[in-house]
Amino acid sequence: MPKPIPVPDELSKPFWDAVNQRQLVVQSCTACNRRQYPPQPTCAKCGSKDHLTWLETSGRGRIQGYVVERDTRMEPLVPDQPFNIAVIELQEDPQILFLSHLPGVPLGQVPVGARVEVRFDQVAPGQLIHEWQVENSTGGYRPRKK
Amino acid sequence: MTTRARGAGGLAASLYRSRDGLGVWEHRGKVAVMSIGFSPVDRRWDESLEHSLGAYSIIAAKNALADAGVGPDQVDGVLAAPGPLGARWDRAYFDPPYNSEDGISLVTAEWLTRNMGLKNVKFMNSEAGDSARVLGLAAQAIGNGLCHTALVLYPTGNLAGRYRHEPELYAKGNAQWVNPWAWTGIQSSAYRFSQYCLKYGTNHDRMAPFVVNLRRNGRMFPNGYYAQHPEAPLTEEDYLTSRWVCEPLCLHDADRPVNTATCFLMTTAERARDMKLPPVYVLNHNNNSFRIRSSVETLEEAEQFCEVHARRLYEGSGLTPGDVDVFNPYDGYTLFTQNYLEAFRWQGVGKGEAHDFYAGDISVEGPHPILSSGGNNGTGRTRCAIFADCIEQLQGRAGERQVHIKAETAVAGCVLPAGCGWLAFGKSPD
Ligand SMILES: [Zn+2]
Repeated sequence: MPKPIPVPDELSKPFWDAVNQRQLVVQSCTACNRRQYPPQPTCAKCGSKDHLTWLETSGRGRIQGYVVERDTRMEPLVPDQPFNIAVIELQEDPQILFLSHLPGVPLGQVPVGARVEVRFDQVAPGQLIHEWQVENSTGGYRPRKK
Repeated sequence: MTTRARGAGGLAASLYRSRDGLGVWEHRGKVAVMSIGFSPVDRRWDESLEHSLGAYSIIAAKNALADAGVGPDQVDGVLAAPGPLGARWDRAYFDPPYNSEDGISLVTAEWLTRNMGLKNVKFMNSEAGDSARVLGLAAQAIGNGLCHTALVLYPTGNLAGRYRHEPELYAKGNAQWVNPWAWTGIQSSAYRFSQYCLKYGTNHDRMAPFVVNLRRNGRMFPNGYYAQHPEAPLTEEDYLTSRWVCEPLCLHDADRPVNTATCFLMTTAERARDMKLPPVYVLNHNNNSFRIRSSVETLEEAEQFCEVHARRLYEGSGLTPGDVDVFNPYDGYTLFTQNYLEAFRWQGVGKGEAHDFYAGDISVEGPHPILSSGGNNGTGRTRCAIFADCIEQLQGRAGERQVHIKAETAVAGCVLPAGCGWLAFGKSPD
């Protein structure tokens, strides 16, 4: 489904460049051995800037929970409501959380605890975004249009 | 996050109490709130001059002065949280002093001082982002001797159109991580509530008695939206059948945005003795902000943050949970109020017990009158009724809302678990 289009900045450009290469990366502090997402100017634990690198993820995760959006403030998404918004835990670090509309999952029928894998959807010419789908799902669900 | 960070690193940062281990507040009982002034409460600004936030702020400030019997020349401090909206759009300005956003969609201390013709003001500050912060800042400023008698203003605007709708197709800055999935404060609150229900085995229906009681209390708050714009009382049936905004957050879990201004008059305990109203003493103030681990604030994080709020408030005030009579934690949205209730252990409520507590007698007449103000949900998104109620209850002038239990101490705070200011009040300075 169409989404507001992320605008990369100096800090986030490596992340979105990777997404556009169909890779999901997160920041990692080599001093703390700690991942962080969204990216920040420094490691939130040790405060260091110099030890931050980009680390490719497994691209796998688990659905922690969800809500069902029916009256969004984001006008570009209004034509597609209602829709699911799920919270995804990254497999190798469940404290790293991503959001997802879970394409393919019927409204309100989100399988909490299910394993998911990352996918990349186009939101604008030349701009992909990271999304998630239930593992081995065939897709095919289309959000209801008004 | 709904609060705007203002003045990071400015004077405010040095005046807020934002750490563990600060001990009992050094000015505990030496600063007093005397009175509260209100403007009318409108649903939206109608774009007329007389209903602008500037005009309403002057009304609120004059009412606060009159309520306390204090003349404008006695005021030597003015503090404002200039307003959470600051929205701008193509719109003609009025003549001076309404020829900028200041006085229309926000109101600074400087604007209020100038336009009330206050002659003796030596301290002004407009750094605070919300009501709790500006009250805490004022308490510390008076305690530190930066001023002795201050007007403390919180205007809150609501403009035409749908509140905070975001037409922008592009997501910049922090928005790039959340806006593409439509994740804002509503979704975050709804999500943590869904996790709360899973963790403690409860459900959304059990919120009904709490929200119905908030509206009932709010109808008894004369300067709130629902007292000034009466509609049929909210019933449990209304709540249970109301539409979902973001399931599990329904329409009645959200506070109604309003256009209004509230002003408090604060002074030193010494000067308070000569004023016509009984003073309410500030026992502590805190302002705590936390960084979440990732893109979504989890229930566990919110619970930890609230534990810190409670710990610091109790540490600085010297109060224990059993000492707190009146309790007005933030409720806009209603779905996180239980995190405050359980962390502060008010009336002994522990983790996961809030919904059982809501099922008991929480009316102002009963033994557990939580949010006797009506909160934001019962009065509109003023963010000030919670503090005003603490003052009025301790002064014994809360009218129909006056609680039947003893009202000698009070605690109130807002806004969100991840960023919240708190104040403790006492009828006695000791
Ligand atoms: Zn580090």
